[in-house]
This record gives sequence, C-alpha cells and structure tokens, in this order.
Amino acid sequence: MENPAFVTLDGNEVVASVAHRLSEVIAIYPITPSSPMGEFADEWSAAGRKNLWGKVPTVVEMQSEGGAAGAVHGALQAGAMTTTFTASQGLLLMIPNLYKIAGELTSFCIHVAARTIATHALSIFGDHSDVMACRQTGVAMLCAGSVQEAGDFAAIAHAATLRARVPFMHFFDGFRTSHEIAKIQPLSDEQLARLVDQQAIAAHRSRALTPDRPVIRGTAQNPDTFFQAREACNPFYAACPGTVQGVMDEFAALTGRKYRLFDYEGAPDAEHVIVMMGSGAEAAGEAVAWAAAKGRKVGLLKVRLYRPFDAHAFVRALPSTVKRIAVLDRTKEPGAVAEPLHLDVLAALNEAWPGALPRVVGGRYGLSSKEFTPAMVLAVLDNLAAEQPRNHFTVGINDDRTRLSLPVDDEFDLEPADTVRAVFYGLGSDGTVGSNKNTIKIIGEETDLFAQAYFVYDSRKAGAITVSHLRFGPRPVRSTYRIRHASFVGLSHPQFLEQYDVLEGAGHGATFFVNTGTAPGAFWDSLPAEAQRLVLEKQLKVYVVDGWKVAAEAGMGRHIGTVMQACFFALSGVLPMETAVERMKEAVEKAYGKRGQEVVRRNHAAIDLALKRIQRVEVPGKATTSRSRPPAVAEAAPDFVQRVTAIMLAGKGDSLPVSAFPVDGTWPVGTSQWGKRALAREIPIWDSKLCIQCNKCALVCPHAAIRAKVYEPAALQAAPAGFQSTDNRMVAEFKGQRYTIQVAPDDCTGCSLCVQACPAKDRTNPRHKAIDMLPVDAHRERERTNYDFFLGLPEADRTKVAADIRSSQLLQPLFEYSGACAGCGETPYVKLLTQVFGDRLLVANATGCSSIYGGNLPTTPWRCNEQGRGPAWANSLFEDNAEFGLGLRLGADALAQNARLLLQQLAPTLPEALVKGLLDADQATEAGLAQQRDRVAALRAALKGRQDAPAATLDQLADYLVKKSVWIVGGDGWAYDIGFGGLDHVLAGQWDVNVLVMDTEVYSNTGGQQSKATPLGAAAKFAAAGKETGKKDLGLLAMAYGHVYVARVAFGAKDVQTLQALREAESWPGPSLVIAYSHCIAHGYDLSQGLEQQKLAVNSGMWPLYRFDPRRARKGEAPLVLDSGKPKSPVREFMQNEGRFRMIELRDRDRYQRLLAMAQAEADRRWAHYEQLAGLKTPPQEQA
Amino acid sequence: MSPDLTTTWLGLKLAHPIMPGASPMVDDLDTVRRLEDAGAPCIVMHSLFEEQILREQLAAHLHLDAHSESYAEALSYFPDSNAFALGPDAYLEQIRRIRKATHIPVIASLNGVTPGGWVEYAGLMAQAGASAVELNFYALASDPDEDAGGVERRALEVVQAVRAAVNIPLAVKISPFWTSLPNFARALSRAGADGLVLFNRFYQPDFDLENLESSRRLQLSDSRELLLRLHWTGILTARLATPVACSGGVHEALDAAKAIAAGAHAVQVVSSLLLHGPSALAKLRDGLAAWMEEREYASVAELRGCMNLARCPDPAAYERGNYIRLLQSWHGG
Repeated sequence: MENPAFVTLDGNEVVASVAHRLSEVIAIYPITPSSPMGEFADEWSAAGRKNLWGKVPTVVEMQSEGGAAGAVHGALQAGAMTTTFTASQGLLLMIPNLYKIAGELTSFCIHVAARTIATHALSIFGDHSDVMACRQTGVAMLCAGSVQEAGDFAAIAHAATLRARVPFMHFFDGFRTSHEIAKIQPLSDEQLARLVDQQAIAAHRSRALTPDRPVIRGTAQNPDTFFQAREACNPFYAACPGTVQGVMDEFAALTGRKYRLFDYEGAPDAEHVIVMMGSGAEAAGEAVAWAAAKGRKVGLLKVRLYRPFDAHAFVRALPSTVKRIAVLDRTKEPGAVAEPLHLDVLAALNEAWPGALPRVVGGRYGLSSKEFTPAMVLAVLDNLAAEQPRNHFTVGINDDRTRLSLPVDDEFDLEPADTVRAVFYGLGSDGTVGSNKNTIKIIGEETDLFAQAYFVYDSRKAGAITVSHLRFGPRPVRSTYRIRHASFVGLSHPQFLEQYDVLEGAGHGATFFVNTGTAPGAFWDSLPAEAQRLVLEKQLKVYVVDGWKVAAEAGMGRHIGTVMQACFFALSGVLPMETAVERMKEAVEKAYGKRGQEVVRRNHAAIDLALKRIQRVEVPGKATTSRSRPPAVAEAAPDFVQRVTAIMLAGKGDSLPVSAFPVDGTWPVGTSQWGKRALAREIPIWDSKLCIQCNKCALVCPHAAIRAKVYEPAALQAAPAGFQSTDNRMVAEFKGQRYTIQVAPDDCTGCSLCVQACPAKDRTNPRHKAIDMLPVDAHRERERTNYDFFLGLPEADRTKVAADIRSSQLLQPLFEYSGACAGCGETPYVKLLTQVFGDRLLVANATGCSSIYGGNLPTTPWRCNEQGRGPAWANSLFEDNAEFGLGLRLGADALAQNARLLLQQLAPTLPEALVKGLLDADQATEAGLAQQRDRVAALRAALKGRQDAPAATLDQLADYLVKKSVWIVGGDGWAYDIGFGGLDHVLAGQWDVNVLVMDTEVYSNTGGQQSKATPLGAAAKFAAAGKETGKKDLGLLAMAYGHVYVARVAFGAKDVQTLQALREAESWPGPSLVIAYSHCIAHGYDLSQGLEQQKLAVNSGMWPLYRFDPRRARKGEAPLVLDSGKPKSPVREFMQNEGRFRMIELRDRDRYQRLLAMAQAEADRRWAHYEQLAGLKTPPQEQA
Repeated sequence: MSPDLTTTWLGLKLAHPIMPGASPMVDDLDTVRRLEDAGAPCIVMHSLFEEQILREQLAAHLHLDAHSESYAEALSYFPDSNAFALGPDAYLEQIRRIRKATHIPVIASLNGVTPGGWVEYAGLMAQAGASAVELNFYALASDPDEDAGGVERRALEVVQAVRAAVNIPLAVKISPFWTSLPNFARALSRAGADGLVLFNRFYQPDFDLENLESSRRLQLSDSRELLLRLHWTGILTARLATPVACSGGVHEALDAAKAIAAGAHAVQVVSSLLLHGPSALAKLRDGLAAWMEEREYASVAELRGCMNLARCPDPAAYERGNYIRLLQSWHGG
C-alpha cells in the first residue's frame, strides 16, 4: 500500500490525528504537555472532521482528569470507542479508573505525553515518572521514541486493544516528542481502516452495557471469590504481547515500517547492551551506531511494549553474546532496590535467559527533560566496559553528594557534517518560533531533506526567551537533544549577548546572525569580550540586520520573526533564494491569510526588505574590547543567589551539581529582585508637579515596578541629582513628609497600566499626565540610580498607615517583579494582599498562572520585609488547594493553641500583665499587631536563659501568638472546576480561611481552555463556537451557606471596594471568598485597556460588585450589599472590545447575535436576582 | 390620479425616490424586511471602513498571535484562531443575505484608505451582489503639506480606478467642504461617478472638559441640515447632468419634496427611520404623494429641479445676494 506524502508535524498532532480518527468519544482535560492533543481533537470535531466510520467524534471537556477518566470509563461501558489524552498529575488522577477499565478487560487507548510528577517541585517537562506510576494498573504500555513512532504506535495501540481487550496506554516523551516537529509519514485513512479489526469493534460493542441485554459490572466481591476472579484475566495478558506483535507485523505490511516488541540495533555480536525506552533511545541509537562502526561490540535494545512485559521476547531480542547490560530508567523511585525497568530486566533475564546471566546495572537519566546526548550514552557504555561497572548510577548531572553520576565528555558530538543545524534565540512574542515553524515546514515539505525542530521555552510569561533548534539533513534526524555545535546561530535581540553564552553552541566556521540597531561598522566593537573571543576562535561569519527597522518600515511593529526567517534562508542557502522567498510568502499567506491581506502584505514586504538589508560585519583579526558581560546578578546579592540563582539566570543551570540544591525543595524568598530583565522599551516617568498623589499607578502595577513612598525630608540629603520629590499633600498621617513616585526601570515591563490609571492631566496639554510612558533609553540610567536610592528610603510605619486605598500603596509590596505577563490582571490583587497582610500571611496557591509566576525558578517574587517577615508560600497541587490551605490553617492554629497552653502553664513564672496581654490581645489593627509583637519580644526576653522544656518550646512557638492570615489563592480553573469539591467543603466549615479566586474566566496557564467561569458567548478552547451556557455563579453558591463572607471585586473598576472586601474577608473569623475579576491575554485585546474593560464589565452588569457579610445578617440587616449601580450600558459594549467574543461574531454573526441576546438576558437576570437579594433581610441571629 | 413617483438612481428604476440611507439598520435582517415592507425601493448599506478592517487585522495579529509560541504550557490562547475571518467577509455576507431575503436592490457603501483597498473591496461588493456602490469619501485633510488639488486628485484617482475595475454603477458621497464643489463634482462625474450623494455627515467629537477628553456622541440629523443640501443640489443639478441624491435632514414629506424640487433624483433618510422605525418610510412616501397630488404634480420627474439654480424664480437666492438680503432683512426686521 502506498504511503501518504511526508508531512512536517509535531508529536501531539500526529497522535491526535490517529486517535481522533479511531474514536467516537473523547473526554479530556487540559494539562501540559498533552493539552494540544485534546485541543486538536476539539478543533477537528468542531470543524466537522469525521472519524473512520463517518461520525464526528464527540469531544467533551471535563472538570478534572479524574472526571475525564470517569467519563471515559462510562463511554467505554456504553460501548463507544473512546480515548483520552493526559500527562503527569492528570494521569495520577486517572489511576483508579485505569484499574477498573483494565479489570473489566475493556478495549481502550489512552495517549500520554509523559511528564514529571511533582515531588520537591513541579515540572512540566518530560520523564517517565507518571507512566511508571501506572505500570501496576493492568494497562498495556506501549512506548514511542520519536514523532514518527508516536503516530505509528498510536495506531498500533488502538488496533491492539480492540483485539487483546487489554486497555492500552500509548506514551511518548513530553515536549521532546510531543512538541518536536519532524518530517514524518502520516497514516492514511485506508491504512488505519485496514489495521483495525472490524470484528473486534463489533465484539467491543457487544460487551456494552445496554438494557436490551442487561448485565451487571462493578460488583463487590468478598474473600471467597475476589482472588480467583482477579486471576481470571490471565490468558488475556498472556496473549497480549503476541497480539501486539501481530498488529505490528500487519502494520509493517501496510507501511513498510517494522517494529517489534523489543527492537535491537547495534553490533550483532554485542557484549554490552543498553536497554531503555522513549526518545532517549534515538540518541542512544546514534551513539551505539557510531561506537559499533568503530568496532565496539555494543548494542541498544529499545523496549516498545513495556506492559505486559514479555520476558521471552525480550531475551530473544538480545544478542546471545551479551555479557553486560545497562538499563536506563527515566524516572526515580527513592528507596526502591532499583528503578522499574531495571527490575523488570532483572526478572526477565532470571526467567528466560538460557545460560549464565549477564551482569545488569541500572541508572537514571533525563528527569524533567534533562538533556540526554550521545556523549552520555558513551559514558554509559564506558561504564559497562569498566572492570567494575557502577550500578544505580545517574548520567547527565553532576552528583557531587552521593557520587552516583557518571563522568561525561562534554565536548563529544556526533552531528553529521551534512546536517544543517540552526539555533535561534528569540524573545517571546517576537514571532521567532512561529517563523521557525514555517521554515521547518517549508524545508520539510519542499525538499527531500529530513527536518526536525525543537523549541525551548522560558518559564516566564513576559519577555520570555525562546530557543529554536532546527536540523535539516539527508537522513531522518534521530538527534533527540539540543544542538551543541550549530552551523547557524541567530539572535533576534542583541541583548542576549550580554546575558547568555549564545556563541558557546556555535560550531567552527558557523554563521552568526544578529538583529541589531547597531550599524555594521560599530557592531564588532559593541560585542562583549566573551563574544569577540568566540567569534575569533571559531572563525564565525558575522551578519547583521536592523530587523526592527525593517519590521517598522513594513508596518509590522516589533514582529521580526519574518525578517529573521528571510535572513536565515538568505544566509543558510538551504533552498535556492527564489524558491525560498516564494515558499516563505506562501507560508505567510497560509499562516496569516485569515488575518487579512494587509497582514500578509506587510509580512511579504518585510521579507523583501529584509533580504536587501542583511550586511556582513567585517571581523578584525583581533579582539577590540576587554569589556566583559555584566554579571547575571548584582554584587550585593546574597551568597545563595550568587552561587545558584545567578548560574540559572545565565542559562547554565545544567552545570550546577547536586550539592548546590536544597534537599527538600525549600528555597529562599525574594530572589526576583536579582533577576533584572530590562524588558520595557518605554517606562513611566513621573511629573511631581502634576501628581495628585492618588497612588493608583502603584496599585495597578502588575509587577510592583512603580511605587510610592513618604519619608522625612532629611532623607533627601543623600538623594541623587535627578531624584524627584514633593511635599506629601494627601496623607494626613505623614504631614510634613516628602513624597515620591518611583519607577523600577529594569523591572517595568512597559505595560502602561499605570499611565492608563493616572487621573492627573496637564490642563494645558491633557496628553501629558503625571506619569507618561517615555523611551527607556533616555531615562534608564537616571531612574536606575533613583530607584536604588528610593529602595533605601525607610518603609512607612505600618501602624501609622491608614486603612484607605491610597494609603495601602505606602505599604511595602512583598510580591514583586514576578514573571507574569505584561499588564497581568491577577498580580495587582496578589500584591495588594501582601501589602495589607503580608507580614503574617500564609499562602496556599493552586497550580496555574499564579503558581508559575509565583513559584517558577530561577527567581521568585515573594519576599520578606526588613524585619524578615513576609508571606510563606506553597503550592501543593491543582486540585487540592482549598484543602491544602485549610491544612495550613489547622497546623498554624494547632501551634498557636500549643503556645497559648504553654503560656498559661508558665503564667505563674511570667509577668502577669504580659501573659494577660498576650492571651487577650486585640489584633484587629496594625497597632494591635505591633503591640502583640512587642509582647512576644518581651516574652522571649523573659524566657531567655531558662532551660526547662516548656519554656524552650514556648520560645520556639511564641510567634504563633501573633495572628496569622491564611489565604487560599488560585484561578477559576481550580475554584470553579477541578478544586470545587474541596473548596466547597472548606467553605462549608467554620474555619478562618480566606479564599482569593483570580477569575480570568478561562484556563489561562494551559492556553485558554474554557472553565465553568467562562462567560456565555466567549470563545475559548473547547468552546470554539462560543460558550452556550452562563458563567457559574460561584459567589451565589457560597452565599447560600449563609456563614461565608463573599465578595466580588474588580480593582480596575472600584479599587476602594477591592481593598474593603479583602480587609473584611480577613477580619471575618469564618471562611471568606473573594472573587476577583482578572483581565488576561486570553481575552484577546491590548491589556493596556484592561482597566477600562474592567469598568465596562461592571457597568454592563457582566461583573456586578458586591459584598455579602454574615455580620450584617446577625444585626438583622441584609447581608448582601451591591457596590456597583444598576447596569448603565449593554453587555455588547463590553463584549465588542474583546477578541474572545469578537471571533464569534466574525465566525457566525447570527450565532453571535443570539449569544449576545442570551448574555444580555443573563446579565439582566443576574442583576435582578442580586437586587432582590440585596433587599433580603433575615431576623437578627444570636452570635455564634 | 395619484402622481407617478418613479425615479432612476444609479441605473436602478425605483418605485419612488425615498430610500433608507447608509445606517446600521442593515445589520438586522428583520429590520431590512420591515423596510422592504414599508416600501423601501432599495437599501444602502452602512459603510465598510477599510481602515477599521486593517486596524482589526493588525490588532488581531498583535494581540491574538503575539502571545502565542512563547510559553511552554500555552503555545496559543485561542481556539483555532484561523477559523474566523477578519476582513470584509461579514459585510459581504450581509449583502448576500439581504439579496436573498428581500427583493430590493442593495447599494453597498465603501470608505477606503488605500488605492488597492478601494478597488478590491468595491469588486468584492459587486461580486457579493451589490447593485451599485457608494464610495464614501469621508476623510479630513489634516496634512498641511497636501494642497487642495492633491486631495482632489487622490479622490479622482480612486474613482477612476474603481470605475475601471467594477461594472456596476458608482455613486460618490462627498462632504460640502470642497473648495469648488461644482468643479470637483464635474471631475468626479468625468472620472466615472454615476451619481453624487450630498452630503456625508462628519463625526465631530465633542469635548468633555471635566475629564479633558474628547467624547463621542452620535447626533441624529434634523430638518435644519437640509438647507445646505438643498442649496448645493440646486446648484449642481443646474450645472451638471450628473444625478444627485440628497442625504441628511429629510424628516418630513415636505423635506423630500424640497429635495426633489432642488433637483435630486433620490432622497436618503436615516435619522427619521432610526427615530420612528422602518414604517416611517411609507409615511414619507405617502406624504410626498399626497403633497404632489394636492399641488397637481403628475410625476417626480415634473417636480424634479423646479427650484434649482437654473429654474428657480430668484437665482440670486442661491448666491451671494441671498446672504446680503438675509442680513438686510434681519436689520430691517
């Protein structure tokens, strides 16, 4: 049968394409890196794409992976061919159902983009710790190692499960395979149809639960029968490997691609063999082939079907000459005698090896997508060749603590000379990755060359760096690791030269191409010494283009991806220039054609212009500078930051040894201050004369990069020349003091929310405000000096700061410079929380955007104040955050209770007034808290020198006598969906916890999938045609309990109410829920307009503001107070400004009109409901 | 006998001269049907603004595409963002739908910014089934480096280019702010305009001095605005053969009669329909018929132009003399 033409796709799309065609029901839930599979399936179904049998598969998004697994189980029981996609924590949530589905011998295939399980830290990257946690469930496990194999094995797994009745987990490495783009042969419908057995489908359906021939499943069995019944499935597992091999053989006949349960490659008479599975085996294959060609008797055994593990097939696949085996596991099981594959190999050899057993050692590699290179494979082979091979080793890291790691020759590389290897450094959102994806497709589909692309992304959302690795060559590319000796290095931002060793990976004689505003003649001298040295050493050819100028002239703003792409084609010569230009323009048309001809025209203009503007830089024969790259962090940074954080910031985290790290995932706070990123092109500059000192700029800043302070005039003596200061005119408590608004020029992202919020206009020129966005280059140096001085000014005395919104901004933010998007609508809430309660705050943070910008290394934004106090932050999981936060409350209360008991116990030995003061303290105000802290200090002083155990314990626990504020923080995906059950339970109790839901109305972190918070009419992934149902009213549900404090806030619409709600929630001794409107890039508009949209959301009745306070009910007043007036404008005015609604209008105008009318009705109904509730009084209640 | 109200406009034979002018009413098919029921002889679409399309395309490119491909967990933030079209598609689709849902001709309206845009969109409108296109020259000359001739040349080039590219009749809707309107109108006609619409109403922002902002307010027209139209309709139709439609300020049947008397082939109404609903159109038509019958005008053709500059009993009223006399009468009054 003829194979379809080659295509260039990523692993997720290839797998989804097979799964979608072979399924009737698909239940999913987003989780990185598997989300795109579900998204593809949803898009295709939404577009009416049919499966092999002419039905459009039903795709349903559930509230969690646990829910998806349940839905899958049900659909299977009902007889439908069903699939799902997941990874990591999601897979863990599916385990109970995997047991059930397997126990019921149900034909089912799940596709897993294998990802790290969170332990000491979360990681979104790839390893086998998730799939290995399922090896005991009874699912068959088939592992693919490349994009081609992922597509092929998806089909084999679907076909095999139907025949074998054993459910299948098809897995492949997250990111390395799921996100790698490769030129592969797809599978045609005909090939798929020939592979799946129609009779087996009929048999699957015949086992369906149906009232037409009822049976019962899911019984409860007892000691008399369970065991025997459990053994009854054995024949199916025994037959399964044979079935899989049968399908593989049929597959080979259909496609020419041959697979076996265990595939061996290398010397036929190998004595040393590596056993492993997944993408690492591709790199291993390269190294083994190289070594075997050099005459070494080495080989590689790739495990395809890991469960059921066919010991005899395994032994048959090994050369009989083998004497030593190294088993590589991409997972870690602390405390186990060996990792799982290692154990399986030992058991299999023991069972089936005919003679004296080969010696077997095992090791770990590649956790969390750690690089696995041919050099590491050679290290493993060398270990095997050693007289005493080391067992339980690691490879790819430097373990200087337990000394388990193998030494690796870092210089060794196997890349063939005829492969073009290009590395591009881009800045997120400059179009680099998108253009490279086009490039790889052009070359993949226009030439006979094989192509591979892999993209490395930063962990930050604003100003993230992207590194694209592109390979083109005459043979299929097996190099499943980053390019180490590039023939082309492209930089879309010259700043990278100051931050990273970008030329370290350049090969000898490579082309080095930079987008820069510096003229070619001045470019060489502008390079730091390190770069000059490498250019000379490696004899690099240097080219530059002013891509920004080209982009600007072409009307493309800062979008330079197309420019860089054009220059790559011009300089690399991969394609004849004329063809390249033609294909690039076609790709632009394809990618942006729907955006409109103007977008296409401008991109085309950028291509033409770019080609004319590339210039070669004459490299003199010697270095002309001694200027080194600036250090990654300032000299003032603490030791840990210098030793560890700085290395990570420089992109060299791989080089850090095990001993550099905390053993338990505990990291110091306040590190974001050291990672200066200087992202903004324009920063706010203050005009003290115009300023009305409202502090709104500081309030709305998502990154705490513009701040207000009041201070004694004397402090100005040391002020730098350009430092602006004016009399404090507005805050009575600080009369006679000076006032300054100061920008942090290297931390500002240039989002301009502060300027949008600024109400103070120059009456002679209203375009000029008290803060204006001005070019950073003209102001950076001065503002840098000013900011340093500003930070040194003392923070305001908290006990003197009034409780109003203006004064709140005089409190030090203990959340600063996070990695959140420019213009983020969530972080201003988090920051405000830390200003008001930060020095006694415990935060439980659900996984999502806020846990990423709040906890993703290398640097984190939570910090402490001068006294060393600040928010204590932790992320447990996505689904359990409310429970986790409750646990923090219970734990802290237990310690506080303990302290009080000890205090009472020791009271006779302590000053009476002190004890009484400590026990009866009123801690409702900052002054009360400060007094209590003084008492704690006095207590410690009184306990000093005492040796008795109660005194020592009280000394340790004394700080718990100061009230702690527990906040449970997360997004709508957590609160409305996956964590709702737990949240509901926590709210239902009487515990003093506070919940802050930052509602972006969509799963923001995983890329815009709908949640139950998504409003009616909005487009989101899994609601591509616009959500049909209204937004879940979480606040109303919580109000129903009566004892929960509930508020709905929007800081951009009414900041006073936001602060009031946070303070009331905190002071309410029971559970509190604050639902906060958070504008987001997933809403599809320029976020500088975020505050205006918040106002429109409120004014249109899309987001009414309210506070429901049970304290009012106790007094016989209506507990609900509406803080926004009757809607003044139609919801249309809100909706028309946001891409998420507008795309529906553009897709289907009638539908939009219908949804709009429904949304308006919904808003009217909601308002009417609230209005009536706000008038509802109940009789006064007795104080509980 | 009731008078003959038929007229021709842009090659279309119309049962009467009163048509709904460019307005958002066309967005709603139901309203369009009600206009047809009220006797609308044709319907003018609101303008397709090329600038708005371009801005939206670029905005989508920058705000939807820009965040993609930069963060490992979310390579995009929207469902298949190529599944919706940013461009004239929705507008063109509406032309098709109106054509399908009603029996009346559709006149599309276009405001372009680039020469290519004018030609491209006019062509697409013709393909979508528009019976004619109204080119809405709606731009303020704000560049001191461009002289009046330059502004006119640009406009004429557009008309020539569109004329060369599309076969359906073209009207040009202009403002009153051209230095020599008759000269420019003749040039437009020679460049290929089959009719002139007098005048478009500029959006003029108001000031909010409280907040030091400009504020947007849509002001409906009233009958006072008619005078300027009558004046120029009378002048142009006397001097040129190009048919004219009067747009702006027609609220009463008598207003329509005046416009026709000034020389208009057609009368566009918007504000009164927005105020009183589609059925107001029938009232205007019936009112015109009744008025004509009472005054024994047998047909619109007979009424048309009776008060234009060539025929009115007091041509000076059109020109400077009129101004002087008014002042005098005021002093004397």
